Amino acid sequence: MTLFYFLIFPGFLTTAVLGLFASWFDRKITARVQWRVGPPLLQPFYDFGKLLSKEITMPEKAERFSFLLAPFFGLLAVTLVSTILGLAIFFPAAGFGGDLIVVVYLLVIPSLAIILGGFAAGNPLSSVGASREMKLIIAYELPFIVAIAVPVIKAGYSLNLSQIMLFQQAHGAFIGTPSGFIAFLISLLVIQAKLAYIPFDVPEAETEIMAGPYLEYSGGLLGLFKLTRAMLLFVLPLFLIVLFWSGVSLSSWHLLAGLLKMVLILLLIVVIKNTNPRLRIDQVLRFFWGRCFLLVIFAVLLAYLGL
Amino acid sequence: MAGNLKINLLTRSLWVFHLCAASCNNCDIEILDLLTPRHDVERFGILLAGSIKHADVLLVTGSVNRKNVSRIKKLYDEAPKPILVVAIGACACTGGIFRTGYQFAGPLDKIIPVDAYIPGCPPKPEAMIDGVVKLITKVKK
Repeated sequence: MTLFYFLIFPGFLTTAVLGLFASWFDRKITARVQWRVGPPLLQPFYDFGKLLSKEITMPEKAERFSFLLAPFFGLLAVTLVSTILGLAIFFPAAGFGGDLIVVVYLLVIPSLAIILGGFAAGNPLSSVGASREMKLIIAYELPFIVAIAVPVIKAGYSLNLSQIMLFQQAHGAFIGTPSGFIAFLISLLVIQAKLAYIPFDVPEAETEIMAGPYLEYSGGLLGLFKLTRAMLLFVLPLFLIVLFWSGVSLSSWHLLAGLLKMVLILLLIVVIKNTNPRLRIDQVLRFFWGRCFLLVIFAVLLAYLGL
Repeated sequence: MAGNLKINLLTRSLWVFHLCAASCNNCDIEILDLLTPRHDVERFGILLAGSIKHADVLLVTGSVNRKNVSRIKKLYDEAPKPILVVAIGACACTGGIFRTGYQFAGPLDKIIPVDAYIPGCPPKPEAMIDGVVKLITKVKK
């Protein structure tokens, strides 16, 4: 049964399919914003299948072991996160105290996998991308963790995901309160950075360092990285919904409402992506440690005062 | 069956690496035209890739000269197979007005195998889409 959880239902297969649809949504909306038609619905599936069927090339100077293993680390971490989140939503009893902290830790691993792969590739541009990804993590992790403190405080100092969600379903969503709203906005920006979307796409800046850490990856390994990104595109908004927007409940109408919330958050992410220029890495650091951090500290203070 | 599926998937998501082998940039501008709202080749799953390692199609523009012969060969070797090569413009197809030049080392099909030729100086975006369609039908056979 545990294996079923991990591989099929809230875990790998469901999240992969939904994530690939989410990445289609991203590409379609991007195309519509640019007044284009955009790709067909199944395009991400074609891309993934094609990448799996292609040859995997090995760069001469690569550190083979970590180069081959890095994509799997990221994928495993996202699978674990999606399982924990799914279980917290659908089977609240299966949650354990502190699963919030586990999820926050696991969400860093895909970025670490990108760094590992980028440095192992032995390409100067990959290394530049990997080191930028490292600075990006340092930048966004601080406001993210402080922002997560807000729902924890408001739910009566609970570190249990399903308890936070059920508290909101009983007492109203945190996004409706001033502190919750500020923390939600900051987390949305952090998600943008975690997905390495514009304005925070410094690690893979395609106009300056081509594809950054992914530069030397080809075939199935690249496909795994793309799949990890697609799954993150589904899992991260779901995480936000659970923390700030009273989660998803099972009865039919509420499930539809959950879907709407997901589409709305995705839409926000894609629109931010399409209407902003790329920041330099020092600007990103200043943005997250300066304004975002001050704002989120303010939100924590508000939450402490009960607002 | 498996081979069929492979080719079907490949033709539905062609990622293109664009190599400018000393062209006058006119063909390159017309290639970028394909991505704009008027033609929008992302409808067919065609995307520009930043790295040859991600690419399925190698687009070459420009007359091949002695300076870049070795680089073209290297790129072709580095690409994950199957890779399709498309020569765009009169220069890449035949050498065009540069064919008698002392630096000329082409045309492209003397250096690497070419799957499709799209002549013109520069070819219109419509001609390029036509070329891609012919390439796809050729690959499917």
